[in-house]
Amino acid sequence: MNYGYFPGCSLHATAKEFNDSTKLVCDKLDLELKEIDKWICCGATPAHTTNQELGIALPFANLQLAADQGFDTVVAPCAACFNRLRSADFEVKHSGYTAERVGYITGSRTDINVRILHIIQLFRDEYGYSRLKEVFSKPLKGLKVANYYGCLLLRPSLVMKLDDPENPVIMDELTNLTGAESVPWAFKTECCGASLAIPETEIVLDLSKKIIDSAKNAGADVIAVACPLCHANLDMRQKQIGKKFGADYSTPVLYITQLLGLALGIDPSKLGLDSHLVDPYPVLRAKNIL
Amino acid sequence: MHITLNLSSGAFAGEIKDISGANVFDCYQCGKCAAGCTVGGYIDDTPTKVIRFIQLNQRDKALDSRTPFLCAACNTCSERCPMEIDVAKIMESVRILALKEKRKPERDVAVFSELFLGSVKTTGRLFELGLTAGFNLMSGQPVKDAELGARLFRKGKIAIKPAMSGNKNVKQIFDKSEAVSGSSSKEEKAEH
Repeated sequence: MNYGYFPGCSLHATAKEFNDSTKLVCDKLDLELKEIDKWICCGATPAHTTNQELGIALPFANLQLAADQGFDTVVAPCAACFNRLRSADFEVKHSGYTAERVGYITGSRTDINVRILHIIQLFRDEYGYSRLKEVFSKPLKGLKVANYYGCLLLRPSLVMKLDDPENPVIMDELTNLTGAESVPWAFKTECCGASLAIPETEIVLDLSKKIIDSAKNAGADVIAVACPLCHANLDMRQKQIGKKFGADYSTPVLYITQLLGLALGIDPSKLGLDSHLVDPYPVLRAKNIL
Repeated sequence: MHITLNLSSGAFAGEIKDISGANVFDCYQCGKCAAGCTVGGYIDDTPTKVIRFIQLNQRDKALDSRTPFLCAACNTCSERCPMEIDVAKIMESVRILALKEKRKPERDVAVFSELFLGSVKTTGRLFELGLTAGFNLMSGQPVKDAELGARLFRKGKIAIKPAMSGNKNVKQIFDKSEAVSGSSSKEEKAEH
């Protein structure tokens, strides 16, 4: 079975290591991802907060492309893309009025059935935990991980249908399968401010600081994420956070696919561990993982 | 004392319901949305208060509030509302209406959205470098995040050229969305 792959804009630029690690892990697990031809941006927050129709039509046009190209399942690693794809699908399926409008705007049929999965769902629901456990060859023993879910991956839970919105466990389960230890912590579903990073940077620095502090207080060595916006705010802005609050901030932030890749024995530089601004190598070496 | 609310069909609550599907009169002001709000520390009007403005038909107060523009769209409020009101969608609706009337209580957020969508309309995909450079110019902060940008560049994380989707349908999606959104009428919606 092959899956229609929707990387989204970030995974082709600032989050390229999320793209690389996703592809390498899926290759290793024989999960065939095929990029949807001519995919377009989902519009993210700016579209749905500016024009409701645009916010639905942009992501839905990608589902139409996927259906036309013969895919019955679309896989998106970006939590924001995943959220918009599922929201658009939900709105179109639940309102004939919306479906009619979206059909007119996109010039294509709306009675399509394409499953939309986040990449971590692919591992849990399609590949399965029991098989995963068997293929992990390099246990990440001794590594304490704070799994950060953020907002868009989970909420609204009625539409995302991924996990419990207040106490999700899917990333923790995946982490524990690798032999690492997921730590309980308070801020796993708080929001980092996501799209406010550029226009309201100061807010995002405050919010991200609290998230990193919470992870550190829980004893985490690294934070794991499943969203390029979370990664951008937590990793890229740590130096600015340190400057703003006059403290040293150096907690590595890894994509969950990078952790899985390490446990599968994939070369860390190929997984993009070199491209983070907070260098994860010292911690991983100290734990004898690298 | 008695307060009589004039809830005629032209009331603001109706406009909000048209876009969001949410009935603001379900809200009994418990404040749970305000308590869990991601940007609670940065807004003057709590989401509860914005909803009250709508309930009381105080259109200008709602449309000029910074709250819907600072809303991170994280959906914590909607998830937790005991009346299952989609609070985030109400904030989104207020913002959509404010933008239609060219009101920008938080100019930078509005500028960011405009530039973001402009980039997507041109090539079908977001050009991150163009967006940040454009935002810095438009917001009068030419060197904002310059040091961060240089570090990202060294890590090979900045795409220099715009990504092309090769999708010829994008412009039509934008144009028709705008046309359809402008033509929205209550009668039309009432049929569904």
